[in-house]
Amino acid sequence: MESRFRVLFLAVALIALSGCAATKGLFGLGGNESAPPPAEAPEPEQIIDPRVERREIKEPAIDAEDFEVGAFVGIMSIEDFGSDVVYGARIAYHITEGFFVEGSVGRTEAGLTSFEVLSGGAPLLSDSDRELTYYNLNLGYNILPGEVFIGESRAYNTNLYVIAGLGSTRFAGDDRFTVNFGAGYRFLLTDSVALHIDFRDHLFDIDLLGEEKTVHNLEGHLRVTVFF
Amino acid sequence: MSERNITITPSTSRSTKPPWLTVLVLMLSQTFTTGLAEAADEYRTVSVADPYLELRTGPGRGYPKFYVVNRGETVEIIVRKTDWFKVRAPNGKEGWVDRDQMELTLQPGGQEIKFAQADQEDFTNARWEAGVMAGDFGGANIISLYGGYSLNPNVSIEVWGSQILGNFSNGWMGSVNLTHETWPDWRISPFFTMGTGVIHTEPKSTIIQGEDRTDQIAHVGAGFRFYATRRFTLRAEYKSYVVFTSRDENEEVEEWKVGFAFFF
Repeated sequence: MESRFRVLFLAVALIALSGCAATKGLFGLGGNESAPPPAEAPEPEQIIDPRVERREIKEPAIDAEDFEVGAFVGIMSIEDFGSDVVYGARIAYHITEGFFVEGSVGRTEAGLTSFEVLSGGAPLLSDSDRELTYYNLNLGYNILPGEVFIGESRAYNTNLYVIAGLGSTRFAGDDRFTVNFGAGYRFLLTDSVALHIDFRDHLFDIDLLGEEKTVHNLEGHLRVTVFF
Repeated sequence: MSERNITITPSTSRSTKPPWLTVLVLMLSQTFTTGLAEAADEYRTVSVADPYLELRTGPGRGYPKFYVVNRGETVEIIVRKTDWFKVRAPNGKEGWVDRDQMELTLQPGGQEIKFAQADQEDFTNARWEAGVMAGDFGGANIISLYGGYSLNPNVSIEVWGSQILGNFSNGWMGSVNLTHETWPDWRISPFFTMGTGVIHTEPKSTIIQGEDRTDQIAHVGAGFRFYATRRFTLRAEYKSYVVFTSRDENEEVEEWKVGFAFFF
């Protein structure tokens, strides 16, 4: 224990020292900033003000639409507990034309297991434990950008994308670490409004029915999003 | 210089604004774009200085080029998505142009145009950073969100919130820490960190014994930030925690995490 604290304080001392300009110079890490500027004769009066000739000017006020926010509704199946309506919201930030990050929250409700229906006995879960809510944070990639044509004169941009990420699911009284992955199709009605069809698999471990097992919970939904 | 150009603010005066103000102004300008559209028009019309400007049907490398605007003609910029600009040619044709080509156009006064693009210098000097990390916390899974503020390029203060998801217990943790980057101008920038906070643990509902606990924690750690692209960085770190429990012995927990962050 004591030796661990000693290491801790040594580490702190090192941090403090490494930031100090004197040590930086001592170890030759300071680079060019340590050398004092050579003494010179006083400069002649400046005739040309360089600011007048500056060519880099204010960036035009352009509407940048890299954020995408939307709401979804669909069907989610909870393994052993049947399927029900799922709804939620999602926000994405487009980093490049290929990559985006997104966060989402969703909510659905578990039905009865086959066992509960057949035995007619006491339910496995209370009503509040039957609610399933999840959140996740994902990285996405537009794997197949493209265009679709409706009729002769209409063209729409589309993207087929894949996503994967981590999150947590609250179900049956506990928070459960959840991995999710899937794919979706983005159909841009205009530059600012898009429709999505999305399929996801949410995987988490559960020991509710005896032994611990990893369950797959499939979700499919429709989503409307707005870019801003 | 024409009279119109006097209204254009030089970039030097812009950089003296605090970054949060710039962010606020940017957000407001996005919210009220429609209202300000007319006022902004003069900045959004540019003339083509390169022999030609190629318009594509979509904002991506693979979309086909369908129209060319010639040198000397003007185009109006409608919207930007990542590094792509949608422009309208004088005859009404609309298409997408990438940033590199757009920079070869001129503003109304004849000046070259530069579009803000975060680079490695911003990575070193940016004041704010926010990110998401995930990893292993003493055998349990951990998901963390954090926000940081740089006091100078070397030192920053960070606030963390984490959810811990284990086999036997769940919980959350909140902490404040001080981070020191020795060489912030490196693309892979190593850092040391130390801090304190609280951890709350509750046993899983399928485990009968055990009760909820809230304890104080302290930690030291090290890691590195890696400048990826635009405002985007990757980060990996190790932290060693001491949990000051109410029992006789303190607990020690090791944590490994990787994640990504944005600076602004």
